[in-house]
Order: sequence, then structure tokens, then C-alpha cells
Amino acid sequence: MKNRIKYWKGIEELENTPEFQKNAQNEFPEFLPVNENGEEASSGKTKRRDFLKLLGFSMAAVSLASCEAPVRKAIPYLNKPVDVEPGVANWYASTFFKNGDYNSILVKTREGRPIKVEPNTSSSLTLGTGPRAQASLLDLYDNNRLRFPVIKGDEAEWEEVDRQIVERLANVTGKVAFVSSTIISPTTKKLIREFGSRFSNFEHVTYDANSATGLLAANGGVIPGYDFSKAKVIVSVGADFLGSWLAPVIFAKQYVETRRVNPEAPAMSRHYQFETWLSLSGANADVRVPIKPSEHSAVVAAIYQAVTGNNGGAPASAVTESPVLAAAIKELKANRGRALLVCGSNDPNVQAMVTAINDAVGAVGSTIDPAAPYYVKQGNDANMLRLIKEMNAGQVGAVFFYDANPVYHHPLTEAVVSGLAKVPLKVSFADRVEETAAFCDYVTPDHHYLESWNDYEPRKGYYSFAQPAISPIFTTRQMQDSLLTWLGTNILYYDYLKDNWRSAERGDFDSYDKFWEQLIHDGVYESQTGTIALDIVNDFEPVTPVARPVKGGPGIEAVLYEKMTIGTGEMANNPWLQELPDPISKATWGNYVCMPRDMAEEMGVTQGEVLRVTMENGKTIELPALMQPGQAKGTVSIAVGYGRKVQSMPVAYQLGENAWPLAQVVDGIILYSGNVKLEKTDALHPIAQQQTHHTVMDRLVVQESTLSQYLENPLEVTEYIKIATADGPKKPALVSLWDDYEYKDHHWGMVIDLNSCIGCGACVVSCQVENNIPVVGKAEVLNRREMHWLRIDRYYSAVEHEEGDFVAMEDPAENPSVIFQPMLCQHCNHAPCETVCPVAATMHSSDGLNQMVYNRCVGTRYCANNCPYKVRRFNWFSYANNDKFDYHMNDDLGKMVLNPDVTVRGRGVMEKCTFCVQRIQLGKLEAKRENRRPKDGEIVSACAQSCPTNAIVFGDMKDPDSKVSQLLAREHQSRAFHVLEELNTQPNVTYLTKIRNLA
Amino acid sequence: MISCIPKIKAKVFFAFLFSLVVSFGALAQGAAEQAQVSDEGVVPGAAEGAVEAANAGGLPVDDPAIVSAGNQLFKNNCAVCHSAGSDVIVGPGLAGINERRSQDWLLKWIKNSQALIQAGDAEAVAVYNEYNKQAMPSFNFKDEEIVSILTYIKSAEAEVAAVPTTVGSGEDQPAGENVGTDAIGAVGNYLDIILVVLILVLIVLIVTLLLISSVLKGYLNKNRQLDEFDNEVVNQRFDFSKIYKSKVVRSLVGLIFVVVLLDLTLGYAMGVGIQQGYQPKQPIAFSHKLHAGEHQINCNYCHTTVYESQSASIPSANICMNCHSQIKTESPEIQKIYRAIERGRPIEWVRIHNLPDLAYFNHSQHTQVGGVECETCHGPIQEMDVVYQYSPLTMGWCINCHRETPLNTEGNGYYDKLVELHEKSSRGTFTVASNGGTECARCHY
Repeated sequence: MKNRIKYWKGIEELENTPEFQKNAQNEFPEFLPVNENGEEASSGKTKRRDFLKLLGFSMAAVSLASCEAPVRKAIPYLNKPVDVEPGVANWYASTFFKNGDYNSILVKTREGRPIKVEPNTSSSLTLGTGPRAQASLLDLYDNNRLRFPVIKGDEAEWEEVDRQIVERLANVTGKVAFVSSTIISPTTKKLIREFGSRFSNFEHVTYDANSATGLLAANGGVIPGYDFSKAKVIVSVGADFLGSWLAPVIFAKQYVETRRVNPEAPAMSRHYQFETWLSLSGANADVRVPIKPSEHSAVVAAIYQAVTGNNGGAPASAVTESPVLAAAIKELKANRGRALLVCGSNDPNVQAMVTAINDAVGAVGSTIDPAAPYYVKQGNDANMLRLIKEMNAGQVGAVFFYDANPVYHHPLTEAVVSGLAKVPLKVSFADRVEETAAFCDYVTPDHHYLESWNDYEPRKGYYSFAQPAISPIFTTRQMQDSLLTWLGTNILYYDYLKDNWRSAERGDFDSYDKFWEQLIHDGVYESQTGTIALDIVNDFEPVTPVARPVKGGPGIEAVLYEKMTIGTGEMANNPWLQELPDPISKATWGNYVCMPRDMAEEMGVTQGEVLRVTMENGKTIELPALMQPGQAKGTVSIAVGYGRKVQSMPVAYQLGENAWPLAQVVDGIILYSGNVKLEKTDALHPIAQQQTHHTVMDRLVVQESTLSQYLENPLEVTEYIKIATADGPKKPALVSLWDDYEYKDHHWGMVIDLNSCIGCGACVVSCQVENNIPVVGKAEVLNRREMHWLRIDRYYSAVEHEEGDFVAMEDPAENPSVIFQPMLCQHCNHAPCETVCPVAATMHSSDGLNQMVYNRCVGTRYCANNCPYKVRRFNWFSYANNDKFDYHMNDDLGKMVLNPDVTVRGRGVMEKCTFCVQRIQLGKLEAKRENRRPKDGEIVSACAQSCPTNAIVFGDMKDPDSKVSQLLAREHQSRAFHVLEELNTQPNVTYLTKIRNLA
Repeated sequence: MISCIPKIKAKVFFAFLFSLVVSFGALAQGAAEQAQVSDEGVVPGAAEGAVEAANAGGLPVDDPAIVSAGNQLFKNNCAVCHSAGSDVIVGPGLAGINERRSQDWLLKWIKNSQALIQAGDAEAVAVYNEYNKQAMPSFNFKDEEIVSILTYIKSAEAEVAAVPTTVGSGEDQPAGENVGTDAIGAVGNYLDIILVVLILVLIVLIVTLLLISSVLKGYLNKNRQLDEFDNEVVNQRFDFSKIYKSKVVRSLVGLIFVVVLLDLTLGYAMGVGIQQGYQPKQPIAFSHKLHAGEHQINCNYCHTTVYESQSASIPSANICMNCHSQIKTESPEIQKIYRAIERGRPIEWVRIHNLPDLAYFNHSQHTQVGGVECETCHGPIQEMDVVYQYSPLTMGWCINCHRETPLNTEGNGYYDKLVELHEKSSRGTFTVASNGGTECARCHY
């Protein structure tokens, strides 16, 4: 047996706390009573009389119910649309774009309602989708969206709103400002410009909550055309490009192209990450160095000096002397034309140095495509700051807010509020009354993007479109249509859009209508000649590549970061996103102060203790502490996007605290870090973390190796456990109690490449949407009762694992390496759950599936107890139709998102991953209807389809030409392994060992 | 009460036999129908060559491929408004159309009648005016397809001539559609008659015996030659109190009572939720007997997605309007549809077939892939004025059919290898169940 790496899931497992031990021993938490009146919380027992009452009532209910079946109605269409067939899904190409997160998508609709978002494979920018795109579907059915326009808080008619706004716009004095987050729609921008031309003094102010002004200022107003797929060396200084920086789904696709290994081309990029908080990119990096926020400029300056020979002006520190930085610099220089440096700092001077470095290492033309920059962030902090000043000076006559909520996420909230009071006409296009809209005279709610027409240009020459997948649910109106109405035209935005695209190159199409139909059908259009140009304004101050003096010092430094689940907070009312665990901390429902363990020990803080954080600018928030391995020493990090305190966001209401005000405004830019003071309070606030809920008890579940070992011998990177028998050690499968199944038709299988999996969680949400999985809420997550069928296990291990003995290491939690493992039902051929079910509610099918029959299950939970992978979930409550679980499943509107092909499970039954059997059955049926065998790739599980990096491959293992079969054949005895093979469960899910390109 | 047990059992038994015969009948018929349909489907270019033949002079009436392709096209596209005979449905009957009009004219008219009318073609305008200015929709047919339809019409004329009794468009349905049902009906009646006769014979026998015994008793008493002992035997008085005082009888009766009670309880309990025979009143008195039975309208015409989707779909009002914009416009029931359209409120039918949410059923799987006839599950729908639930729709009923029904594998590339494998490993029929058709996750997910 080779020297095994020791993995742990969280600090509590590393330290083996009593709490952890207790949880590890019990599959289910002890019976937790649900006490409605709270009187006898201590007893937690049902009284005899109550029991009899319940018994009597239920008997009566059952006998009544059995007497007569309810009369059900069958209501057909009055006039059936030609292309809608009841029971058959329709697909529409569309686009999801929010705060840089760009996804080209297909929308699946059934009977006219969107029920699933899937990636549009025609797009060459993205492979899959991110978790937010998946979850965006639920926002459409959000009961708290405005159902009508609002005048000063009261419901109004559109005609009245239009009349008043037009009248007041005609008499406006002073500046008219249109405030928006980044708009990448060429036609929308043109329309806004046209709207503005009506006024003598008009400004379109673009500002991003999580700003990239520094980067834009250093690169002529656009984001350089990064292409990670061409890089051999990637150095990131504080840029979480896989999780939250700019366009993560696009970057993930490019990044993974350099991370896949196979015997024919055993090459990988090497990824260095210098960062403060353990980000998703840091978790995937080969070499990660924790640094303080104040050291970012020093690191960049050191590279700048080494590469260009110019002095960056930052003082040397411990980090600049580190051998890892020297190695990174060496590799950057050695890989001319194959290297890329990215930096997350919003300091224009630092970004200017980054640009100079990339120029010097020959990135331009290879890893940066100068002809195809990105447009996903365009905000200029200075413009917004100027507007706030002008508002306060009373120079602004009217202001419009579109996808912008400065009262919530601008650091100068008070100034924004006081300024708004001095603006006579304030209009918000928000879909609900959020923080800014509450101060506006008019709220003219915009459509959800799935109800809208639009075009998008996330990167130069790469266009995509959005088309309505449902007719508007409420009496809302698309922002563009509102503008057109106020312009006094009768044109619909659809016609405006179509007309604007007339100048596009038509190619072989003989008529424009045909070309247009094709555009909308495909959803994407890629043309470098780009006659439909996005209007880009470069009004940034020129910058010099010299680091500004940093206010470092001995104090504790804090950094604000964007979670890849909640993002900047626009989608905070989305229960799917709230329950999706953070990829690293595995925490749900709220934010917290991440701190390194030694700081917690020093301060005597335990997990969940509430700390008061005071920023240099005097702003204070109180949040619980969370010990985060890998957090840089002397720093804390706090996620933004929480602390929504508006009634229109009941899901997010009072979850966590708003960290945006902690950001600082320095020289016209917003910086998301600074020095803080931490104080202990007496309060305790539990954090709902999922990390150690389903522990695998220190068994060999996840495997990794290094590229050098892989190059030496690809057949020795994975450990295969043998079982001792009388005839010597044998493969576990050869020593079996059970007969093997014979598969004649299909044998469904899945391969998960741990090298490609970046741990983003898109698959988790995708699975949740596809399979009607309930959201359980914070309290139930704390009770370890989350329902996700697919979870992503995140394991820490010591970076220095090659040295073996981890006890000898000083502190393994200081900078651990991270490995992600999506864990779902393994569909074992010799399934332990099947043999213990007393009612045969779980059994094997003739195509290799481990079936779960809800209507047969009586809820003994033996199966979950006997499952070594801990992937079975029990319905403790009837989550649908329950007032206590107000997460969309209990209201009529929210129910529209449910997949009609999947049963909504009742209370008291077990459930688990089905390999998306509804898709398998449908795929088989489609093939039978066409008198042929199913084609590989036609039948895929939701997780595999949504994965932004193609880490999950699903298919028929009986088909020798399927991708799954070929992968398995290629990786046999090399990287392919089964989790817990020694138990001889013979899973149908195979993992591929992760390979790290260690320096 | 006691006698009801065997009666119920007998009923169940007969019902079972009945359903068995029905399903086999339907299957056999299904197979035959499938073969015919697939013939038509397999020759995609059947209509090709029609034009050459037509140009060569006369329509290729002798080519069965072209005729059947034309038949299919006619049924799917034309039969809604036209009959192949002489009666008027919406548009004129098409018998003799090949003689009345030139082929060129017909090609133009079918492809775009409005263009022809606007061009001022005298014949076109005349037809247009004759039929209330009801425009015929344009059909995007190829020339050979139109010729094949015309060929079919011509061949249908010949048939009508040969069998003068059958008139009308849809009556070319295979005769004896419900052979299975009828056959069983016949068997059932026959058994009933035998039973009645047997019971009658039995009653006659008992009466005769009683008569004989009373005659003999009278004769013996009259003779008065009996001694005391004989007298006692002849004029025996039966003591009924002995019967109900007997322990054996009492316990027997008690036992039977308990058994019956249990049986009934169980029977009722098993029947909970089964709505076989459920026949709710519908908001509009639509008669399947009239539409599917008398007028022989194909199920697929209204239930448009029955071959494509999981749901057969209840027709939307615009489908009703295809015909009823012209036919029976004064009927109060049809007026209800007009009112629904005017008000923009869909018609709320009462759902008859209710499967629980936990069971997934797909029509196209059964109709298109399996080749199962609608009547197999929905019963003699063409005889129902008001539709009722014909089958129990229980899981046992589903499973039973899956166990017994051979898979419809013929001509389906999906099954080729599976059939081969099955033949190698087993001599039994390749049923739905032997391909995993009784596994839980085929219907429950």
C-alpha cells in the first residue's frame, strides 16, 4: 500500500470534536420534535390523548377519502397553438446574463411554462451553465415580484404611469441619468442612447456592484480577451476566475481544456494562485499561496519588476521573497506566449502593471486575444460617484435605475439616499420593491429575462439572443418597451431589435426574415466582422503602472468577496441558491466571517460566535465566525450579497448582514478590502454547514496523484485495494456473495473526472430542478436533513502530502489543498441498500439502475443506514404543501417550476438519485418511435448536461462506441476507480483520479 | 347471500376470460393493422412514379403502393372536408373528380386555391361561390403526392361501384374491427342460455319429484293397509327445531357468515380507489358513438397527440370547429362550444381516467411503439354515448398485460439485437415483461 494522503472534511473532523464523533456515528440525527406551540419543548412527546385524537381523525379521514374520489377536470386549450403538444417539451434558445455571469442557454418548456435551463451547445463560449443560470428559472415564478406598476407605493395602471412619466419628463430640468449595471445588449444600448438624445443633459451611468473599474481603466475600457485554454502557466493574484470574477462559466470552459489529461497528451497547465480567501480558483490551483489583501500589489509589482525590469514601486515583503513567487516568475518568463497573469484587484495602477506584464510575457495574441475582448463588466466607479455628488447638489432632474440597486450595494449608501431625496423624478425598473425602488416615485417592473426579447454581446463578435419562453405572468413590461413608449413611438422592442439586426451579415440566406428566424432559433451568432457593435465608452482616467502606497500595518485585514452562489445579491430571494452550499465552506443560508484557525485560537473564538467587525470607515456589522482552512494569516473575509432587509425578499429576509457598506472609496474607485477591528460579542449564531454531514469515516474515497507520477507510469497513479483470501490478495469483485446481473439492453453508467470538476455546484442545482427536490431551509440543514441528491464533497489535505506523515506537519489547516468529489447514488450492482429493505422498495433494474419506489417505501430507513456512500435522503416532512417550508413548492405559482415527469415525494419516504430515469425512459421511447437504437449523447442525466466543464459523462456502457465506454476503456487500471471498491458494491459510477501539476 | 360468492367468483372468472379473449383479439388485430401501416410507412417513395404513370395516360390505379400512399394522404389531409364518394361534408364529394377537372387544374387548385380564384379562373370561382365562399387551405404537396391522392379517389370509385352498399369516405376501415369483442359476446350469450336451460330442467325435475311423492303418499294413506311403523315412515313429521338446535349446523352457519363477511370486506377494500365504470356527466353531451362509431372518425383526428406524446390530449375547441363551423350549427350542444370560444373560456371536461401521480403512463409508448389499439384499454368506445372507464386501471391490470403481451418488435431496429438474444436464451414468448417491463422504475419515478 502506498503512502496514503490523509483527507478531512472540516476542522471538526481534523480535531475529531465530540460533536463530530456523535454525528459520524449516527446516520440520522436523534428524533427532533417539531413543537408547534413550544410549550412542552422539553418533553417532546405526544400525549396519549393527542395520539388517540390523531388516530381517530386519521381513521375518519381515510374512510371519508376512500368513499368518493374527487372529481377532476381535464381542461384542453381553447385554441391550441400549432407547435405546443401537451406532454411534449419545447425548447427555446435564450441567454442568461447577470453581473458578468454569462450563459448561453436552452429553455425547456412544457405546456408553455419553462421548467429547466440547459446549456446551448451551439455557443462556442460556454460548455455548460453555472449554478446561477440553473437557479434563475425559479425567479420567474417568484411570488414576490411586482404584479403591476407602482406609483409612490400604490398599485397603478400602465396608462396612468406612462402619462405621468411622459408629462414629468417633458418638464424635466437638470440632468437625466440612467443608472444601470453592465449592459451587453447592443440594441438596448442603442435604444438608451436614443432615449437620452431627447434630453439636453443626459448621462448613462454604468456601475457594477462588484466593480472591475481598475481592470477596465488599464485596458482601454474593455476586459482583455483572456483565453485560458492557450496557457501553460496561469498566475492569478486574487482573481477567482472560476467562481466569481468576470465571466466564470466562460473561463471555466477554457481553463479545463488545459487541465484534462490523457495518455496520448499527458500535458497540463500549471496554475499558481495568490489570494486571501480560499476561493474556488484557489481550491483548483496547483500551487496556492495565502497572502494579505495589502500584499496583492507587492506580488504584482515583484512580477512586474522581474519581467519588465521596471520598478513597480511596492515595498518588498515576506511574500515577495517567497520561493513560490520566484518559481512562478521563472515559469512566466520561460513560457513566453503561453503564460497568463490575471489579477482581481480593483486598483487601476496594479492592473496597469498586470497589462504590462502580460505584454512582456507575450500573452497578447495567444492567451489574450486583442481582437475579441470581453464586455461583461463596463462599470466606471468614478461616474457613479460623480452622479451621487450631483444628486446631492440637486443638479439631477430625473434618474432611472435598471438592474442597479445602489442603496443596497453602493458603499456610500447614505449619500445615495440623501441624493435621491433631492431628485424630483425617480423611476426604477426593478422586478420588486427592493432597497432603491423603495425610494423611487415610480416602479415600472421589468419582465423576467425568460419573458423578454434581447440580444447580447459578452465578447466581441460573439452574439446571443433571448426570446420569451413564456408569455408574461404578471402585468409587467420590458424596460425597453417602457422606454419606447415614453419616447412616444408605437414600436415594440421586438421590432426595434429585429430592425437593428438588419445590418448584420446575412450569409446564404435569401431573405432577412429567414435569417432572423435562424438567429432566434440558434440563439447564438458568431461573426468577427461585427456590424452590430456594442457601444463602448472609454471614459476611464489614464493610469500608470506604479503601485500606490498601501496602508498595510499590523492590524487585521478584511476582504469582501462574492460567493458563486448568491453573487452580488440580486438573486438572494432564490431558495435554490440559498441552500446550495458554498463550494469551500459548505455553508448555506447566510454569510459569516471567515478566519484562520490560529486567529480564532488567539482570540478565543469558537465557530458560530458572533463578532463585531468595524471597518476603517467606521461601518460595523455583526456576523458569526467560521474557521476557514487556507485563509491567509491575519485576515478575515466576508461574503457580500446577504442582509437583504426588504419585505419583497422573504427568503433572504434578515439572512446574514450586508457587507457592501464595508467597501471603501479611494481616489474614485471602490476597494473591497481594508483594515478592520474585531470584537467578541456574547451572541452565538449557528452556521448551517453541510460539510461533515455525510462523512465517509476516513476511508479511501477520493484519489489524487501528480503529473510527474502520471508521466512516469499512468498505471500507477491510482490505488486499487485487494482483499486478502486464502489464495492471496484478490480483486474484491472476484470474492463475491452475490450473483452478477446480466445486462442485455442497456447498462447505464457515469464517469466523473476529478481533474475536470471545479466544484462549482451547477450539477447540484440542475439535479434539484430536474428532480423536484425540495428546499428544506436553514433550520433543517442544521438538523442535517438537506435533501440534495447530488452533493459535492470537498476534502482538504495537506499540500505537503508528499512528505507523508501529517502529524509531523505544523498545521495542516493553514494552507490545505482541496479536492472536490461529486457524490451521488453509485447505482451499485451489488447494492447494500437493496438487500436490507424489508418491503423491496429499492431494487435493481435490468439496465443497471438502482430503483427507488416511493409508493412502496414505508420509511424504515434501513437503506440509508446501510449505504456506504451516504446518498439516501429521507422526507422528514411533506415539503410540498407545507406552510413551514415557504420555498416555492407550497404556492401555486412556485409549483409551476416542478417537472411534471417526476413524482413529488410525500412525507415518510426515502429518495435518492435515479440517474434521471425519466430522461432515460424518454430517450428510449424516442429511439423506439424512430425504429432505432438510442444514440450516444441523446440520453444524459441533468448533472452531466449542465456541467460547465464536462466533468460528468453519462451513457450506456453496453454501447462500445459510447463516450462512457471509451473513457472507461482508456482509463482502465490507470485513473478509473470506484469509491470503496473493497466493499464490492460494484458501482456504476466511476471516478477518474485527480492529477495535480505540482511544482 | 351465500350463493352470491360463487356468483361473484363466476362473474370475475367470466370477466377474466372475456378480457383475455378481447386482448388477444385486439392484439391479433393490432398486429395485422401494424403490418398494413408499416407497409405504407416503409415505402416512402411510394407516390414516386405516380406522375410518370399519370403522364403516360391514365392514373396508375393498378399500383397498390401508390393507391395506399394516396389513401393515407387522403385520410390525413382531405377526409376532414371531402368524401371520396359523392356526398358533401364541407367541400364537394370527390367521386369523378378526375373526369370533371383537368389534372393541371387540380394541381394548381390543391396547392393554392386562392391564387387560382384571384386569377379569375371561371371554374375555380364557380366552386368557391357554390360552397359558401369557404376557402380551401393550401397544401404543400409534391405533384406525385397529389397524383397519388387522385389515383386513390379513382380506385375508390371502382370499389364503390363493385360494392354499391358502402358509401362514404371513412368506410374503408377494415371490416370486422371488433371481431374479438363480438366473438366473446357470442360465447357469453351461449353459456348463459345453457345455464338458464339447465336451471329450468332442474326446477321441472324437482317439481315432478315432489308431485310423484305426494301422489304416492296419498295412495298409501288411502289403502289404510299400513301398520303403525309404516305409517310413521310415510307420514313423517319433520322437526325443524332439531336443525337450529344442532351444534354442527350452528357452527357451520356461523363460519359461513364470517367467511362471507371477510370476503366482502376484502372485496370492498381492494376496490377502494378503483373507478371502473366511472361515467360522469360531461358539460357537453359529446357522443363517441356518433363520432367514432357512426362517422368512423379516426381517434387520432381529435386526440392529436396520441401517437406522439404521453398524453392523448383532449381536443381543443378549434378542432371541433374544423367541422362544426359548418355542421349542426344550430344544435344547443354545439352552441356551447361557440359560447366557450366567444367567452374565451376553455371547456372543463370531467376527467374519467385518473391515474395516481406516482404512476407514469405514456400513450405513444403503447400506441405507436407497442401497436396497442385504443379499444384494448378504453373498451368499445365507438359504442359509448357517454364515455365510462372501461378498464380497472389498477397496477395488477397493467402488470398482467405486460406479462402476457408479446413485444411489438417487428421492424423496430431498437429490438433487433434483443430479439436475437432472447431467442438464444429462452423459448418463451418475448413479452413486455421479459424486456424488463414489470420493473418498478419503468412507471414509477
